[in-house]
Amino acid sequence: MITHSFLQHYWWFLVSLLGALLVFLMFVQGGNAVAYTLGRTEEERRLIFNSTGRKWEYTFTTLVTFGGAFFASFPLFYSTSFGGAYWVWMLLLVSFVVQAVSYEFQSKVGNVLGQRGYRLLLQFNGFIGPFVLGAAVATFFNGAEFTVNQENLGDTYQPVVSTWASSWHGLEALGNFWNWCLGLAVCFLARTLGILYIMNNVDDDTLRSRGSVQLVGNAGMFLLFFLAFLIRTLFKDGFAVAADGSVVMEPMKYLHNLLAMWPVLLLLLAGVALVLFGIVKTIRSKTYVRGIWPVGVGTVLTVLALLLCAGWNHTAYYPSTADLQSSLTLANSSSSLFTLQVMAVVSLIIPFVLAYIVWCWRAIDLRSITRKELEEDEHTY
Amino acid sequence: MLGIDITLIDWSRAQFALTACYHWLFVPLTLGLAVIMGIMETLYVVKKDEFWKRTAQFWMKLFGINFAVGVATGLILEFEFGTNWSNYSWFVGDIFGAPLAIEGIVAFFMEATFISVMYFGWNKVSRRFHLAATWLTGLGATISAWWILVANAWMQHPVGMAFNPDTVRNEMVNFWEVAFQGMAVTKFLHTVSSAWMTGGVFVIGVSCWYLLRRRNTEMARRSLRIGTIVGLAATFIVMATGDRSGIEIAKHQPMKLAAAEGLMDGGQRAPFSIVPGVEVPGVLSILATHDLDGYVPGVNDLLNGYTTPDGKTVKGGQEKMLLGQRALNDFTQYRQYLKTDTAQAAVYAKRLKKNVQYFGYGHVEKVRDLVPPIAVVYWAFRVMVGVGSLLLLVMLLFLWFEYKKAPQLPRWLLHAGLWSIPLVYLAGQAGWAVAEVGRQPWIIQDLMPVNAAVSQLPTGNVMLTFFIFLILFTTLLIAELRIMINAIKNHKSE
Repeated sequence: MITHSFLQHYWWFLVSLLGALLVFLMFVQGGNAVAYTLGRTEEERRLIFNSTGRKWEYTFTTLVTFGGAFFASFPLFYSTSFGGAYWVWMLLLVSFVVQAVSYEFQSKVGNVLGQRGYRLLLQFNGFIGPFVLGAAVATFFNGAEFTVNQENLGDTYQPVVSTWASSWHGLEALGNFWNWCLGLAVCFLARTLGILYIMNNVDDDTLRSRGSVQLVGNAGMFLLFFLAFLIRTLFKDGFAVAADGSVVMEPMKYLHNLLAMWPVLLLLLAGVALVLFGIVKTIRSKTYVRGIWPVGVGTVLTVLALLLCAGWNHTAYYPSTADLQSSLTLANSSSSLFTLQVMAVVSLIIPFVLAYIVWCWRAIDLRSITRKELEEDEHTY
Repeated sequence: MLGIDITLIDWSRAQFALTACYHWLFVPLTLGLAVIMGIMETLYVVKKDEFWKRTAQFWMKLFGINFAVGVATGLILEFEFGTNWSNYSWFVGDIFGAPLAIEGIVAFFMEATFISVMYFGWNKVSRRFHLAATWLTGLGATISAWWILVANAWMQHPVGMAFNPDTVRNEMVNFWEVAFQGMAVTKFLHTVSSAWMTGGVFVIGVSCWYLLRRRNTEMARRSLRIGTIVGLAATFIVMATGDRSGIEIAKHQPMKLAAAEGLMDGGQRAPFSIVPGVEVPGVLSILATHDLDGYVPGVNDLLNGYTTPDGKTVKGGQEKMLLGQRALNDFTQYRQYLKTDTAQAAVYAKRLKKNVQYFGYGHVEKVRDLVPPIAVVYWAFRVMVGVGSLLLLVMLLFLWFEYKKAPQLPRWLLHAGLWSIPLVYLAGQAGWAVAEVGRQPWIIQDLMPVNAAVSQLPTGNVMLTFFIFLILFTTLLIAELRIMINAIKNHKSE
């Protein structure tokens, strides 16, 4: 039966899936971040920027849709986190704004900042985008400093419902090592994905052989930070929702979640296995350039499993360290039953959207980018 | 009154206004050029004439330069609802979030997917597939406009929802009413047609520049023809929907109409003010009600209350504020009794329901706060209508000369066409000022004033981000203008 609770879980799944796809699509940011180490000549850098430049709109659109879906399904998160952790989100937004224009403007006459200026902005986005997103997701497990009091709306003196307890407005999250840890893990994951995508999408022996070498360091750092975060998270105290709706601390809550939701555990294991398979096979083989696909699918599965683990099975997905009972849960922060029903109907369009994305993606990427194509094509960056 | 710093509210408003104004500099051209590019590429596919392919590609190049900045500013706008208007996001997120999510799922992905085919698919997909991609890029942008304007129209005229005191927010009860209410349809048609008009005028202006320089003359003449037809057709839709918009504003936002007319004391046969001191009797009544004897309330009537000629009494702002304070008090009492005395809570719930429509008025401090800045709205309206009329005249002249098959267009007309470009942007910005400044102090008409909607942030933080965005957007605007001018100057169509 389609109950309010079912739809809350369904929408958490969709938001998590969008988040997971967003992390995969951060290969655009990762590709830009490694552009000056992977590409050593101007021609090689142009190949890289033209490769990621044909996909930036997907990442951007997924970010916008992720925000919109969160707003529609869990508006209290939208108002609490965005209005409170102000600097975190502003940093992320500014980095994406500059990225959006940098592709189109970088090679144009009269662009004010010069080609190097725009490429610096692309690299700024290449680091800040994944790092901030990773650190923000880490707060789903480690908590953030806010209070929520809906009664305030009746108060003309102080009507604000969600209040941030730290005057740093989000930057205080950097005081937690484990937030850094996931931020850096996502950062190196994006670089790994970027290298793999370029190796697949650009038909260039130099870039491919250099990419294979650079993969070792980036994937190694990713695994180091990610596994540290994952292991620590599974064994730390987590934020559980008791039967009466109150939030309590539970030892090893996230490990319990995975054991209680075995399909999610399988997703996580399959995801990690695919990521490792894709990376190792690309490093070991001189001809294998399709690593982006197993690693990409593995990334989606892993991130999806982690986010489901943060919100499902009676868990507070956005815990408050300032006031435990202000923590956001699927039940206390979601939209009404009617809105979730309407949005559930809208979500039936998603498979159709995915289908035409795959169709067009294939049509454009059927042939890898070559140096010759860059010379001949009229629309290049 | 309030614990919320007034300067925080002003800076938050300034930041949102800044982002919206910049966004609306880029989006109209995206929407307008999309139609024109689509027509040109259709001509290429139908006539198999390479000329139209080259011409479409030229306008696509300009489209691409403009597109990214529009997308970037749009991202900030969406998230600013959360970052700067967090209370708003909770209070009406149950209704307002849905159009934004649908916009992302339905429109943005369509736009993002097919734009890459449009730019990179010339040699990779068939001609018809490419043509479909070009139209779908434009369609995606237009559907996106639909949903964001549904959201905006809902802020101007909230419908299809009910206040739930248990969750302390408004909740959607009728999706169709939210998505297809009259104001949403009118706002969409008016705004999108004004964007098509911008696209038409832009093409006319650029073509005129080429004709003045006697360069790319064939491309310029043929583009001018298409720009004129699209621009004129759009202008007529703008006029028709503008008329419809007037009726709806008179009905749902009478204070905005009074401010736009500088009408302090209303009545029947209300005069239309052309400029201060020059009035045409009765015309405002016709515009607002389609009836010469229609009653149009003025600012003072709306503040003090009034009685219509058919005897209907309408509450004034002061009285609504009193009822709003009562609603807030009943709400607070309801929440307090909810845990201890459910019978008493039910009493307060009933009382709250009676006055809940005035809930937002409880957060208004002074009755004068209910009046938007009259001078801004009054002059913005005149700029919008005056400039729009001038542009109509210019386009009619182009049509006349085309009809006469004039071998050469007079230079004064070409100059007028060129200078129409800044004018069409001025009209667009003025239109937004009327719509958005005119509804102050409400973020949601009658439901929530801006002071109750804002995020609680240190004012300095918002000031800092305001200036960051000001510098960033201005730099991007300058860069875009320079790149576009260079692209136009350096283009050789043959």
